[in-house]
Amino acid sequence: MATATTPNFLEVNRRTFLRMSGAAAGGLFLSLHLAEPGHARQTPKAQAYPPAAFIHVRSDGKIVIQVNRLEFGQGVQTALPMLLADEMDADWSQVIAELAPAADVYSDPIAGIQMVGGSGSIAHSFEQYRQLGASARAMLIAAAAAQWNVMPEQCRTEASVVYGPNSQSAKYGELAESAAKLPVPESVQLKKESELHLSGKNTRRLDSRGKCNGSQKFGLDVDLPGMKVALVAHPPVFGARVKSFNADAARAISGVRDVFEMPLVRGTGVAVVADRFWAAKQARDRLQAEWNTASVEHPDTAQLFSKYRELARTAGNIAMTRGSAASMDSIPSSKRILAEYEFPFLAHTPMEPLNTTVRFDSSGAEVWAGSQFQTFDQMAVAEVLGLKAEQVTFHTEMAGGGFGRRAVADSHVQREAATIAKRLPGIPVKLIWTREDDVQGGYYRPMFVHRVDVGIGADGMPIAWRHVIVGQSLVAGTPFAARLIKDGVDATAVEGVADTAYAIQNFYVSAHHPEINVPVLWWRSVGHTHTAFVMETLIDELAMRAKTDPIAYRLKLLSPDAKKLRACLTLLREKTASWRDSATGNRAVGVASHESFGTGVACAVEVSVENKRPKIHRAVIAVDPGFAVNPLSIESQMQGGVTFGMTQVMPKGAITLKDGRVEQRNWDGYTPPYINDAPVTVEVHIVPSSEKPTGCGEPPVPVISPAIVNALSRLTGKRYRSLPLAEI
Amino acid sequence: METFKLTVNCQQKDVTVDPSTPLLWVLREDLKMSGTKYGCGIAACGACTVHVGGVPTRSCVLPISLVGERPVVTIEAMSNDTIGRVVEEAWESEDVVQCGYCQSGQIMSAVALLKATPKPTDKDIEESMGGNLCRCGTYVRIRQAIKAAARQLG
Ligand code: FES
Ligand code: FES
Repeated sequence: MATATTPNFLEVNRRTFLRMSGAAAGGLFLSLHLAEPGHARQTPKAQAYPPAAFIHVRSDGKIVIQVNRLEFGQGVQTALPMLLADEMDADWSQVIAELAPAADVYSDPIAGIQMVGGSGSIAHSFEQYRQLGASARAMLIAAAAAQWNVMPEQCRTEASVVYGPNSQSAKYGELAESAAKLPVPESVQLKKESELHLSGKNTRRLDSRGKCNGSQKFGLDVDLPGMKVALVAHPPVFGARVKSFNADAARAISGVRDVFEMPLVRGTGVAVVADRFWAAKQARDRLQAEWNTASVEHPDTAQLFSKYRELARTAGNIAMTRGSAASMDSIPSSKRILAEYEFPFLAHTPMEPLNTTVRFDSSGAEVWAGSQFQTFDQMAVAEVLGLKAEQVTFHTEMAGGGFGRRAVADSHVQREAATIAKRLPGIPVKLIWTREDDVQGGYYRPMFVHRVDVGIGADGMPIAWRHVIVGQSLVAGTPFAARLIKDGVDATAVEGVADTAYAIQNFYVSAHHPEINVPVLWWRSVGHTHTAFVMETLIDELAMRAKTDPIAYRLKLLSPDAKKLRACLTLLREKTASWRDSATGNRAVGVASHESFGTGVACAVEVSVENKRPKIHRAVIAVDPGFAVNPLSIESQMQGGVTFGMTQVMPKGAITLKDGRVEQRNWDGYTPPYINDAPVTVEVHIVPSSEKPTGCGEPPVPVISPAIVNALSRLTGKRYRSLPLAEI
Repeated sequence: METFKLTVNCQQKDVTVDPSTPLLWVLREDLKMSGTKYGCGIAACGACTVHVGGVPTRSCVLPISLVGERPVVTIEAMSNDTIGRVVEEAWESEDVVQCGYCQSGQIMSAVALLKATPKPTDKDIEESMGGNLCRCGTYVRIRQAIKAAARQLG
C-alpha cells in the first residue's frame, strides 16, 4: 500500500541473485533469494518451510509454481506464473499455481516483507519471476545436453520439452531430477519482447474453475478436525473496556464451550467459543456486557466535519510548495474558485468476512489466513503466543477480496485469533468477524476535508493553487511511519495532489492530521480515493469555465513529462470520438484522468439521471500500465476497479459515527454498488507499451467518481463536492 | 436440538441441529459443503444463494426448520446440471471471476434466471441478479456470461 513514489520503505537493496535450494527428490526446486550487500544472509530460512522453493518440476511433468503474495481477485496467481512459464518455455496447461506460505524467501523484492499492496505485485516481481523461469530452463537444457553429449547452445525448448540437434527430445519432467543436481546459472538472458509467447497475451485465470463450481476453499472454509468457532464481542466505542458481563444465557446455548474476557489491540472484548458458528452467534447475541466507555473519546461525524472545516482554514504542515504562495492574493475574486470538499469514512467490506484460524501447542502454531501482510501477521501471532516467527507455520489462504482490509500493520484479527487459541492448546480455533463486526469494527478510509483556492489566469488556466488537506494519518504509529511521514505530512494523504501531473506555477499544499479515536486503513488506491476526486472535479470546472473540451484542457495543462497520462487521454479521445460530443438530451459525458502507482488511467462515462441517481450507460477506460503482462486481467481490473470506486458515490456509501458509535451495521446501511448501479459496459483500451510494467489493481478506482460527477455537472450545472452523492 | 431430514443435491441427509440454524450453516458446517458462502447473514448480498424447491433462496436467513420437504440444490451440483454446466463454462470462458467469493451465489442466481427465462434481456438480468453483490465489481462480465450461456442453450 505504500505509494508509488516511496516503495522501498524498508530500504532493501534490490540486487537479487539466484541460489540453489537443494536437489530434493522428486524434481527440480529453484529459489531466488535477496542479497543485501553488507548483511550477508545465512542459508535461506525458506528451506525450513514446505514447499521450499518457487518452482517444482514434478516428474509427472506438472510444474508447481509458488506465488509469493496473496491472490484476492487481482489475478497475480495467474500473471506471475505466466511470466515464469514464458521464460521457462513451460507447457502452460501443466502449470499449477499455489499461494506460498509465510517465509523470508517470499518477500516482495522491493518492500522487503511478504505483502500485497501499492499495486506492486507485477511491478516488483516482474523480473524475479522471469529470472526464475529462465534459470530453470537453462538447468533443464544443461541436463539434457549432458545426457546427449551436446552443447547447451545446440538445444532448444518448447512446451516443456528440450530438443537436441539430432532430433533428440526429453520432457522437463524426465529431466527434472538430473537438472536439480546442476549449479544454478550465475546469470541468464531474458527473452526479448518478440520472443514472449504467453506474456502480453490475453490469458484466462488459473483459478476460475474452482471458483465457479464451489470447490475453491477460502480462509473461511478452513475445516480441521476438532475445530471450534470463535466470535468476539467488541466494544461499542473504539478502545472501550469491558466493565462486567453476564454469560449465563450465552453459556446455556448448546455447543458453547467457553466465554471469556480478552485483551484487544484497542480495549477489551468478550470471546465466545462454540462448536459451530450458529451457537457462537446466538451466544454472543445473548451476552449481557457492560462497557466502560467513559475513558475513551467518542468521535462524532458531524462534530468532526466542523472541526476539520475549521482546521482547513489554516495552513497545515507543508507538503509541497512551488512558486509563490502569495501570488493568490493579487488575483481578483472573480478569477478565483474557493472549493471545500468533504469525504466520509469508508469501509472496505471485502466479500469474504475477515477470519483467521490458529492452532497452538507446545511445539508451535499453525495459522490459516488470507493475508496481505504475511510477515507482520506471522510475527504478531508469534508474539501473542510467545513463539519465534519460525515456529509459526503460516498458510496463505485464498481470500475473498481485501482492498486493503487484509493489510493491517497491527494484525488485530490475527492477534485476536491467537489470543483465543492460546487458551485452548491443541484445538484449532477459527475466529470469524461477522459482517456486522466488519462494518462496525473500524479500519476505515479516513474522513477528509479539502479546502482549495484556485486562481485563474487570463487564458483560463490555473496560475495559483492553495490546497489544505485535513484527515487522519494512515501510517502514524505503524512501521511505515518512518518512510511515509515527512515533516509532519503523511504522504498517503496528499498523494495525487502534492505530486500532481498538472503544471501549475504557484502551487502550495499543506496538511493537518488530527488524531481521532477511529482506526483507519488504506482503501484500494489509498489517498487517491479523495485527492483525484478533488483535482479532477476542479480541473473539469476550470475547463468548463474556459469553455474548452475537457480532454484538450487536461492535455494543455499536463506537464511535458506526464507521458502516461498524455498517452491515455489521447487514446481516450480517439476511442470516444464517435460519440463523446454527440451525447444529447438527458445524457452527458464526464471525463477524468489520474495517475497512481505508476499507472495512468483516463476515463469517460456517459451518464443520465434516473430516479435521482446517476445511471452510467457506458464507461470507456484508457490505461497505460507499461508492458501489459495479461491484458485480459488488466481489462477485468479496470472494470472491477471502477465499480469498486463507485462505492463512494452510492447514496449509502458512508460510515458515520454518532457519539462514538458507528451508525451502520451491515450492507443494508452501508451499501456498495450492485449490478443495477454499475456501468452497463466498461470498454478498456490499453496503451501499447514496452516500458516496465506497473500495477493495475488500484489505478482504476480514483477516476470513476470524478468522471461521474463531472458528467452530472454538465447535466445540472451544479458542482458536487461532498461524498457520498446526495439525491441529484 | 432436533433432527431434520433434508434432500440436498438429490441425496438424503439427516442433521441434528438447533431448529433456528440457518440452512447456510447446516450446509457449510454439518454437511461440509463449503461452496455456499456467508457474506452478510441478512439477505443483503446473495453469496449464500441456493435453490429451495427450485426457487433461488438466501440460505442465511432460512431456518432449517422451515425447509420442510423441499429439495435443496447447491453450487456443488451445478457441474452436473444441464444449465448449470453451461453457465459455469460461460463464466470460465468470459473470465468472470476475480476473488470468486460471490460467484457461487451469482451462478445459482443466473441458473435460476435461465431456467425461468431462457432469453433474458438486460432488464431481466438486472432484476434477477440485482441482489447479488460483487465487491470486485465483475458485473459487466456477469452480464456477458449470462448472455453467452443463453446463446449456448438457445
Ligand atoms: S449471506 Fe445470505 S444474503 Fe448475504
Ligand atoms: S468476484 Fe470478488 S466479490 Fe465477486
